[in-house]
Amino acid sequence: MEYVPGIPILKPSIDADNKPFWDAVANHELVLQKCRACDVYHQPPRPMCPECKSMDTLEWVQSSGRGQIYSYVNFTTDRMAYPAMKVPYAVVLIELDEGVRLVSNMIDIEPDEIEIGMPVEVVFDDISEDLTLYKFKKRAA
Amino acid sequence: MPSIKDAAAVVGVATTGFSTDSGRTEYSLAAECIKAALDDAGLRPEDVDGIVKDVVDGIDAMYIQKAVGIDNLTYASDSRYGTLPLLNAVTAVAAGIANTVVYYRSANNASGKRAGSDFRAAKETKDESLDMIRYDFHAPFGLLTPDGAIGMAVRRYLHEFEVSAEQVGWVPVVCSEHAAKNPQAIFHDAPITLADYIDSDVVVDPLRVLDCAPDVDGAIAIVVTRAERAVDLSQPPAFVMANAQGTSTEGEQLSSYSRPQMSGLPEMGLLGDELYRVAGIGPNDISVAQLDDRFAPLVPMQLEALGFCERGEGAAFCEGGDALRVGGRLALNTNGGFLGEGFSYGTNIIEAVRQIRGTSSNQVSDAEVVLVASGAGGPADGCILRR
Amino acid sequence: MLQEYVERSYRPDLKPSVASNLIKDNTAIVGIGATEFSRDSGRDELDMACEAIKAAVDDAGLTMDDIDGLETFTLERTSMPTLVGSLGIPNLRFSNQISFGGGASCANVMHAAAAVATGVADYVVCYRSLNEASGHRYGRGDGYVGYLSEAPTLHYGYFFPFGLLTPLSWAGMYGMRWMHEFGVEPEHIGWYPVVLRENAQRNPKAIFHDKPMTHQDYMECQMIVEPLRMFDCCVDTDGAAAVVVTTAERAKDLKQPPAHILAAAQSSPPEQEIQTSYNRPIITGLPETWYMAQELFRVAGVSPADIDVAQLYDPFSLGGLVQLEELGFCERGEGAAFCEGGDRIRPDGELPLNTSGGLLSEAYIHGYNLIIEAVRQIRGTSTSQVENAELSLVTGGPGVPTSGLILRR
Repeated sequence: MEYVPGIPILKPSIDADNKPFWDAVANHELVLQKCRACDVYHQPPRPMCPECKSMDTLEWVQSSGRGQIYSYVNFTTDRMAYPAMKVPYAVVLIELDEGVRLVSNMIDIEPDEIEIGMPVEVVFDDISEDLTLYKFKKRAA
Repeated sequence: MPSIKDAAAVVGVATTGFSTDSGRTEYSLAAECIKAALDDAGLRPEDVDGIVKDVVDGIDAMYIQKAVGIDNLTYASDSRYGTLPLLNAVTAVAAGIANTVVYYRSANNASGKRAGSDFRAAKETKDESLDMIRYDFHAPFGLLTPDGAIGMAVRRYLHEFEVSAEQVGWVPVVCSEHAAKNPQAIFHDAPITLADYIDSDVVVDPLRVLDCAPDVDGAIAIVVTRAERAVDLSQPPAFVMANAQGTSTEGEQLSSYSRPQMSGLPEMGLLGDELYRVAGIGPNDISVAQLDDRFAPLVPMQLEALGFCERGEGAAFCEGGDALRVGGRLALNTNGGFLGEGFSYGTNIIEAVRQIRGTSSNQVSDAEVVLVASGAGGPADGCILRR
Repeated sequence: MLQEYVERSYRPDLKPSVASNLIKDNTAIVGIGATEFSRDSGRDELDMACEAIKAAVDDAGLTMDDIDGLETFTLERTSMPTLVGSLGIPNLRFSNQISFGGGASCANVMHAAAAVATGVADYVVCYRSLNEASGHRYGRGDGYVGYLSEAPTLHYGYFFPFGLLTPLSWAGMYGMRWMHEFGVEPEHIGWYPVVLRENAQRNPKAIFHDKPMTHQDYMECQMIVEPLRMFDCCVDTDGAAAVVVTTAERAKDLKQPPAHILAAAQSSPPEQEIQTSYNRPIITGLPETWYMAQELFRVAGVSPADIDVAQLYDPFSLGGLVQLEELGFCERGEGAAFCEGGDRIRPDGELPLNTSGGLLSEAYIHGYNLIIEAVRQIRGTSTSQVENAELSLVTGGPGVPTSGLILRR
């Protein structure tokens, strides 16, 4: 996928609850929020564990970065697309091995090659000085 | 005739306390506070089936569910203006469409670290609102802030009834006395004198700094359930005798300049009529009230509109402060009000509940009923709670 | 926490008792009104709101002095005080707004009904006014350029930077997985929009009146965001619509036959987001619609088989099909098969759907036009009238906290 020069990408808005996630991404690491008492992952991150109602047991753990394509959409025309990205572009929903699902883009394949169930692994794309995004590439099953 | 009288009760309340910089997200404050209010009531998140909130609150009910672990909601609503979400909660419970409703508000209004602030800022520009009067007829002339907008009406009140700053000043003085004893208040232990008030800076003439309630960071949560359920819970219930909204045809948000008389609060008058009608009591039955003191001069105006004194006599009622102190004719804002505890709608209801429970830091002995009014200078709303 | 949904095991014992539900049978929709539906109104939303509300109040045989409640969306751009001043409402005793976009449509009626049933207000107007076609488009990604520099924190930060910004694409993510798991093909999906377009041919107010569409047209139309095509999408509309709600008792003396509210329900289940609830165990369904339906049928005391006609909130055709499954009209994964050939969902079929053309072919007034059509079916005045319609169901937007109504004669 290709970006259109001159049109900014909408950056994530960062607050105290999600800052560790985006700080890790900037360092080329993918972390997930997990309650250490309940052993449950939470995405999106939240300030309290909905299982045990604790605000002190939430921690950030390293993700395997591996998973598979769970679903996808393909922007075939510019009618509903974001103008910063050249059509056609695909957006994928990745189910990580941890069970958490993240929206992202594929870096190494064309939209029409995408298939549900395709094994993938995380890569990091330094788009600009102040924006890094987690993206995915195909891996051997 | 159907009525909401005594159908619902406030059974749990909490605040996070207030500060000028919470250092936390509104989401985090809200989750903590709602859990605390449920603990106070002796209820679990699983018992909650309704959520109401203020439109301006950045944290959607869905996210509260995610953090606090609340199951499927069968009722969710937003409201704008004052403490109107309480009316939604009470109506839902009275109509039998929800058992237990949480009303929350969470805002970093002082530090400005608001959720989705960019999005909200964009939404609040003219492009996203048809509040034409405010944007087309006032903004071009430099009148856009709340203190400026309401200052225009306050000026007429002071002028028409020859009210002096020395009279109005007793409202912030008494509120600060009450706040001084309230450990939750942002102005805890910091009482002011009338001289302090008179000497304080003018923000927008005729309003002084000490006329205006301070923006704060913090959250409130209030749990409402059915009256018959309320009696089995952890706290003595505060039954909702009446809860209503009052608006008028020529009313605007803080800038109702087109009505024949700008020196009164007709919405507050209509609200009072409805509250007393539903509750079946009158102003003479009430000796403690939480009135909207976001701007101090609105208090004497409310005293008049709600029938605690005659038209034009509100300032005289306040003079000297004795009528407003605990043990006076009408103990006012016993938590310190928005002026003393901090400007967050909902703290007024929570203080009324404390009075009913007998746990206020400025307790009125034998407080049987408490009146709460919000939204002075715009669409008004309020309630009467009883033991 | 979605165990109930996954196992289809609703626990009604935890819910408010039906006996204490004051809305049921005690409240009714007594007035309906709308502006013209167009692609460019040339008017502002306040103007259209006033026209639609005036029409609904007239239709009920009331005057503006009778109105003392207003219900609308948080998305609504008209401000309450300005509207009250414009309409000349003397004392508005109850006003309310609901989040969640189109999910709020039937919830507005529900909350209005709660207010009149408890005496908080006597006559509540529910309304929505929007220039969706000519003004700000909720459905378009390009609207964000220069309007936002970052995605709002809690929701969009995980989607916007990857180019996933529009409701169509959010829904497409569910749709792709649904088609994959249940082996649904595009030709199966096409019958739903085709039948709705047929209904629009009989409705002179519909935007796509006089613009017929065949199944072949559907198959050949442009793909917008795969798997969704142009004719899967609702029609961006300028317009306003309003309804008046009061008690069944007062309704007896009014001008129109009342559409009684047999049941009203709202739902926001766990792990809900605005159309991006991708971390639920299942993303091929609409738990909010399922929970809402459990509550709706529980309160009404009827079953899906008793429903004579339904208006489903269908921003995209897939949303309509999956709602059929979640409402209990067919099994999971069978929504498209249910509509195949179109006969079951035509006005003389087993379950006539969206008889005014729905959001795909009549207009997209955030579901308010569906509520009005549900009332017309009860009154017997639809342009695609279902014979002897006694129970008329209508839903709010799927994919967000949603709502629904069952109206009866």
